[in-house]
Amino acid sequence: MIKVQKHDFDVNKELKLLSNKTNIGGISFFVGLVRDDSEKDRCHSMTLQHYPEMTERMLEQIEREAQTRWNIINSIIIHRYGKLFPGDKIVLVGTSSEHRKEAIKACEFLIDWLKTKAPFWKLEERESGSKWVEENVKDVEAVKNWK
Amino acid sequence: MNIKYFSWLRDRIGIEEDDIELELESISVKELIDLLAKKSDRHFEALKDTSIIRCAVNLEVVNFDHKISKNDEVALFPPMTGG
Repeated sequence: MIKVQKHDFDVNKELKLLSNKTNIGGISFFVGLVRDDSEKDRCHSMTLQHYPEMTERMLEQIEREAQTRWNIINSIIIHRYGKLFPGDKIVLVGTSSEHRKEAIKACEFLIDWLKTKAPFWKLEERESGSKWVEENVKDVEAVKNWK
Repeated sequence: MNIKYFSWLRDRIGIEEDDIELELESISVKELIDLLAKKSDRHFEALKDTSIIRCAVNLEVVNFDHKISKNDEVALFPPMTGG
């Protein structure tokens, strides 16, 4: 399931949805937050811009790819857009499977792929001014490692 | 042809979308960027480093040699930073 939304989400509610079958033995979650990472140059807020027509389509493709690679029973990606503040949730990836490894691997794959393949761009509003977040080499490498 | 811009490309060019008349039936992404760069100084400055520009045609990311047709939906943007 894919949700692209401005408002916050409730992890407990998604946990219930992911565990709706009795053959599910494990659930894995990743929740990404807005981080104020610098004492010297405080990040006051972050605005996430996206390409609405393309976003859901790309997230669906990424979710389908995970379903073909691992035996997952349920999966969910929630990605927020708009203005967020340090501590706010940005993204949730959740997967459920019979055994833990499938859920954990698929969850890690989903977040790695969507970092560089989902059409979002982050504008950090810092003490020193606004700055668009640049592509992280580590994120590009993480995608390559999945083959 | 309509071209959408996102992120700092939108800020630097100063508009969300562009419209250009295509003389040919199709054009490569690289040729389109070269054409757009001639529109103004702001276009030129924003589009000069193509190593940090990506293109989506009909909602799929494509290479710079991809041929675009007149009715395709085109978007230019920097590398994506989701998650």
